[in-house]
Amino acid sequence: MTMIEAIRDAMAVAMTRDPNVVVFGEDVGYFGGVFRCTQGLQQKFGASRCFDTPINESGIVGTAIGMAAYGLRPCVEIQFADYVYPAYDQIVSEAARLRYRSNGDFTAPLTIRMPTGGGIFGGQTHSQSPEALFTHVAGLKTVVPSNPHDAKGLLIAAIEDDDPIIFLEPKRLYNGPFDGYHDRPVTPWSKHPLGEVPEGHFTVPLGQAVVRRPGTAVTVLAYGTMVHVAIAAAEATGIDAEVIDLRTLLPLDLDTIAASVTRTGRCVVVHEATLTSGFGAELAALVQETCFYSLEAPVGRVAGWDTPYPHAQEWDYFPGPARVGEALQAAMAG
Amino acid sequence: MIIRSPAFQDRSCMSDPAPLSLHVPAPSVRPGDRPDFSGVHIPRAGTVPRPPVDVAPEEIRDHAYTIIRVLNRDAEAVGPWAGSLSDEEALQGLRDMMKVRVFDARMLMAQRQGKTSFYMQCLGEEAIACAFQKALAPGDMNFPTYRQQGLLIAGGYPLVDMMNQIFSNDADPLHGRQLPIMYSARSHGFFSISGNLGTQYVQAVGWAMASAIKGDTKIAAGWIGDGSTAESDFHAALVFASTYKAPVVLNIVNNQWAISTFQGIARGGAGTFAARGHGFGIPALRVDGNDYLAVHAVAKWAAERARRNLGPTLVEYVTYRVAAHSTSDDPSAYRPKTESDAWPLGDPIERLKNHLVARGVWSDARHAQYNAEVEAEVLAAQREAEGHGTLHSGGKPSVRDMFEGVYRDMPPHLVRQRRQAGV
Repeated sequence: MTMIEAIRDAMAVAMTRDPNVVVFGEDVGYFGGVFRCTQGLQQKFGASRCFDTPINESGIVGTAIGMAAYGLRPCVEIQFADYVYPAYDQIVSEAARLRYRSNGDFTAPLTIRMPTGGGIFGGQTHSQSPEALFTHVAGLKTVVPSNPHDAKGLLIAAIEDDDPIIFLEPKRLYNGPFDGYHDRPVTPWSKHPLGEVPEGHFTVPLGQAVVRRPGTAVTVLAYGTMVHVAIAAAEATGIDAEVIDLRTLLPLDLDTIAASVTRTGRCVVVHEATLTSGFGAELAALVQETCFYSLEAPVGRVAGWDTPYPHAQEWDYFPGPARVGEALQAAMAG
Repeated sequence: MIIRSPAFQDRSCMSDPAPLSLHVPAPSVRPGDRPDFSGVHIPRAGTVPRPPVDVAPEEIRDHAYTIIRVLNRDAEAVGPWAGSLSDEEALQGLRDMMKVRVFDARMLMAQRQGKTSFYMQCLGEEAIACAFQKALAPGDMNFPTYRQQGLLIAGGYPLVDMMNQIFSNDADPLHGRQLPIMYSARSHGFFSISGNLGTQYVQAVGWAMASAIKGDTKIAAGWIGDGSTAESDFHAALVFASTYKAPVVLNIVNNQWAISTFQGIARGGAGTFAARGHGFGIPALRVDGNDYLAVHAVAKWAAERARRNLGPTLVEYVTYRVAAHSTSDDPSAYRPKTESDAWPLGDPIERLKNHLVARGVWSDARHAQYNAEVEAEVLAAQREAEGHGTLHSGGKPSVRDMFEGVYRDMPPHLVRQRRQAGV
């Protein structure tokens, strides 16, 4: 399966198992989504389970919160993560706080899917990675899959979870893995082992990272597209990096991180999002607090520059394998 | 309260326009001025028709520009909207409103005594929530603002639990996590109150959509004030309610004031708040918010419309915020001190009382006696609540509980922080 097919299959499985799961957003109904992630769902489950909405992100998330309070499990789509901001009040002030402020009287078991990330010449408003705006919010869980297998398992787990989930889908990975070598032919998911996705119901537990490339020299903390970039950088530099795919940013699997860094003594954090106050800052701080006496070099960070995401300068902005490779070498020299 | 139209001249020659100027609406009077409600058109009671609940929105456009009233100056219930309640039900309404007013007065005093940090009265607006609650059925859900305490009191929610929340004591149902008066009572059809204005309006629509998706018969009610209709979520709620014909009653409580800002700032050039429904194809009614009988009749109409799958209704309640915005506010800084006395729709408790006295089912003596009874009831509840503690003394929610309920299960980072906090 491609990541698109895996995501679509996850929603179909969840909708089949639980009549309370509903799917809606802009263009997700009849048309099946601008990325085809909901194709066929309206036909299969009817327009009252999968439907189009007005172009109003606050309305999409706000009605979903009301539905969740009623007892449904909405899985809603924001067309691009770059367009989530009108819904930010509903997400931060309402969905994230509902259980806490009502002492469990009301809850918000909803999943908010949104395509994220760059590497597609999407320019300023089709490339952003706003995960830090969600990991900073108490009450939310934030998930970023890096492959079709995890995308399906994590999305089913998210829909079944009783807490509000921000589910960020790296759109650059929708059709195939991408390691940052934009000048090489793209391989499809059918040629990648993680493109093999089990039929039917399965979950990938939230809050569990996975070692994607075992190594001994340096730990790389990555998620989404950067997992593939980090692996490519390790191969290109010959540095035996251990690449950890975080999968869930919050709650974070600190045990897996600490075990790896304690062993390697070095750590590089990579993400597409801008550097300052990005999620990498939290990761670096946690590694410093948890593994200080094992560290043999400063914790490195490779991230998007602190600029809006540009169009023409796509590959100077995107943290590709060359920049990640330099950070690995710096960590080894440190 | 009339907005001055900007001067407009038909210029055939556009080469020499006058400089532009910004129009900033302002109330007609300020502190020190004589209150002036000459701009508020009050139609006579009983004059607005009562359409069938399946009326097409475009057939009742005028209803958004008038005021549905039942109680006339002689305290009689007149016109097509009269008769939705028996005398006994109206008496219960009077008792509910009196209880709300006494409760507010006690809690205001408790705040002044330092027993809680904050309180908000609904003085003068008691009829709206109290009467509306009686038009709902068990299982329906209100999405209230912070000024619909009447929904809880008329719905029989225990006063002592409200006070426990206000005092943030060890019996607080919300375990001290919420600012006073931000109640939550699912069992009583009262959604968790948020400090963020307007957010609940669109959530009410979603809740109603869920009821429709499941083929249920429950309806939702959204609540918003005049000032908060300017929030984006007001618009979002109307769009979604309109698109999906959600079974929701969308209530706007126009009490003329948003803290210090008069309603003309939020309303702008719209004739009324109710008129905003027209652009969305949502039928809109405007009702005398200080007329318990009219509020109930309109609420019942809108609820029936929703329950019969005929779609949403927008209702504007015309009332006046008699008290300060909150215990942190001083209205004498922005409006005449006697403005509430001049409010042409009077006081909701006095008006219903006079009606019931005129009907021979109530009397001044019984009114005074009930007032004494309800004072005693509220005082007894307060004593019980204070027994559990107040903000700065007595029993408190546990510090450990501060870390609970952020998620269903406590994630590792919160377990670590709880240990750091020494609990």
